[in-house]
Amino acid sequence: MPQALEGSQALAYAVALCRPQVVSAYPITPQTHIVENISKLVADGKFQCEFVSVESEFSAASVAFGAVMAGSRAYTASASQGILLMAEVLYNIAGTRVPLVMTCANRAVSAPLSIWNDQQDSMAVRDAGWIQLYCADNQEAVDTTIQAYLISERCELPVMVCVDGFTLTHTLEPLEIPSQEQVDGFLPPYHFARTLDPARPISSGTLVSPDHFSEARHSHHQALLKAAAEIIAADDAWAALSGRHYGGLLQQEGPEDATIGVLTMGSIFGTLAEAREEGNHAVRLIRLRAFRPFPVDALQAAAAGLKKLVVLERALSPGGGGILGSEVRAALSELEQPPAIYSYAVGLGGRDVPLSLLGAVLERIEERPGERFAIFDVEVEKLPHEDR
Amino acid sequence: MKRDEASNSIAIKVAELRRRPHRFQGLASGHRACLGCGEALAARLVMEAAGPDVMIANATGCLEIFTTPWPESAWRVPWMHSLFENAGAIAAGMEAALKAQGKTTKVLSFAGDGGTFDIGFQSLSGMMERGHNVLYVCYDNEAYMNTGIQRSSSTPHAAMTTTSPPGAERMGKRHLKKDIVSIVAAHHIPYAATTSVAFPTDLRKKVRRAMEIEGPTFLQIHSPCPLGWGTEGEESIAVGRLAVETGLFPIIELERGQLTGVLPIREPKPVIDYLKAQGRFRHLFQDHYKAREELEHLQALADHNIATFGLAGQGVDRHDSSGINRVQREGVRSA
Repeated sequence: MPQALEGSQALAYAVALCRPQVVSAYPITPQTHIVENISKLVADGKFQCEFVSVESEFSAASVAFGAVMAGSRAYTASASQGILLMAEVLYNIAGTRVPLVMTCANRAVSAPLSIWNDQQDSMAVRDAGWIQLYCADNQEAVDTTIQAYLISERCELPVMVCVDGFTLTHTLEPLEIPSQEQVDGFLPPYHFARTLDPARPISSGTLVSPDHFSEARHSHHQALLKAAAEIIAADDAWAALSGRHYGGLLQQEGPEDATIGVLTMGSIFGTLAEAREEGNHAVRLIRLRAFRPFPVDALQAAAAGLKKLVVLERALSPGGGGILGSEVRAALSELEQPPAIYSYAVGLGGRDVPLSLLGAVLERIEERPGERFAIFDVEVEKLPHEDR
Repeated sequence: MKRDEASNSIAIKVAELRRRPHRFQGLASGHRACLGCGEALAARLVMEAAGPDVMIANATGCLEIFTTPWPESAWRVPWMHSLFENAGAIAAGMEAALKAQGKTTKVLSFAGDGGTFDIGFQSLSGMMERGHNVLYVCYDNEAYMNTGIQRSSSTPHAAMTTTSPPGAERMGKRHLKKDIVSIVAAHHIPYAATTSVAFPTDLRKKVRRAMEIEGPTFLQIHSPCPLGWGTEGEESIAVGRLAVETGLFPIIELERGQLTGVLPIREPKPVIDYLKAQGRFRHLFQDHYKAREELEHLQALADHNIATFGLAGQGVDRHDSSGINRVQREGVRSA
């Protein structure tokens, strides 16, 4: 039966259902409610775990890493500056190939300081070697967190579940929280093969010479590519249990014969889907659920037949342009007749993404054919002349 | 050993009694440390006393590098290295996991002075404040040796490193060595102590003591570095002893923030005996008023240590002429 829950509270329930033995976190808006809710579950005796309230995000990730190496399932969560502070540990965790799940409550990165949503933080660590999954709504965030543990443990790779800050974390929705039996049946107890154990001592994190570094990176890259199948399998298996399915690597909707597509990640999708229905726009909506591994084949299939594809993303590489836009452009360039790619950054630093966005975007690409990249909703009159 | 059933007695050969019990070797020989490396010897001594039921979180540094060039490892215990500045936090995570699993394996954290005094200080402080059952060992060789002898906040005043070189305007490092053990003790942890690789009995005894304590404990081990200090490999122990005997490196124990034990110095040696033995203080022996000033300054620092920690030999160990290898309990502390 659905319950009205705030996204963060639902995520705390989802984490508890996965039975991590160690949770470590440092508060940062808009992740705070997640760890507050976990703390309360622990305090009430409803969730048995060692909750470590650390002194920084750097230690939050490090404590979780140490816990996994000592043989426990672990969890952490962060956002924005916290993700950047733990970036060095995130690379280290992934390079060591350990299973771990964390939530990124997506938020803009300072400066200028903003506590509101965009996806610059998780984009900044896209090359860390983590699986990155982006959720469209809170039900998906709950279900993806549970799936993430299975994926992580099957692949020996860490998974970052990206949830738009405030838009999802602080929004109440009617949500189905799975039963403990359901989750236990889906997610069996796990033993990490490289657990540190005095009975079978191993050394981990050693110095690797140039003779072996490329091989280590190759196997890490291969593991991420192979993870695509596990992401699909976990989504399918969860669908069989729960009746909810998110398309595995990507989700699409809209007419088969559409020649214009709009691609995005995260909660913008719901806005676009509603706008498409309301405005009866003949566009195909594509939502990447997996950003790492980047689903090249699935994307090529989803984009087949499109003449134009608009990529809307909540981040950018200043001086470069769209991050997701560039990757989509590269992936689709392999098609015989690739669509023209329009790359726009939208909803930066919590800028509202209204229902009217879809119509505005479709008008813009008619008005400005060939536009390579722009921040979509800039009000230039707010800027001094030299910055326009 | 033989048992005589008729008289119900046992006979043991004297040679058997003299035979030393086998010590656990957690760090095997064959690693790649320099000749006379104080840190390697210190780690070996720590492992002898700690035993096999441990798990180690090692910070980046010489110890990590010379023990684990992949695919080799000198460790016979579960060991991991993550990063430079998170040994305290990795250890905290291990301890939390072992606690959740109901296991009693002791977690050790190993780091150099860079990883302890400087870049890893925050995660060390957090680990201690939260009361994790971890023995944190700092191998203090008084500079960033792994990157080629750069000054750390543990480098002694006036010492030469590649980033505190002497010259027309400078006499080596301008700042004082950070009093890390007092800062650590101020977390009111059950046990914080200093020791030196030149005093193996004291070192092992302190490790065994820390191992028995439930909660965060800290050991700072003075570990000479021949390459960084400008000494010959065979001089490491002699130089390490001089650091203690001059009062420049006080050997102390602090329990819940209170000074409870010191290694007394019967006849303190002049600091120049210690300084002239090392290349890193060579510039202090030139004919220059600044050099003479710094020598006086260093002697004053040693005298201050002796007074502050009550190191002057007295009381129970008067007959122990060298005054060495005894920890005098119940010392007092005024600073």
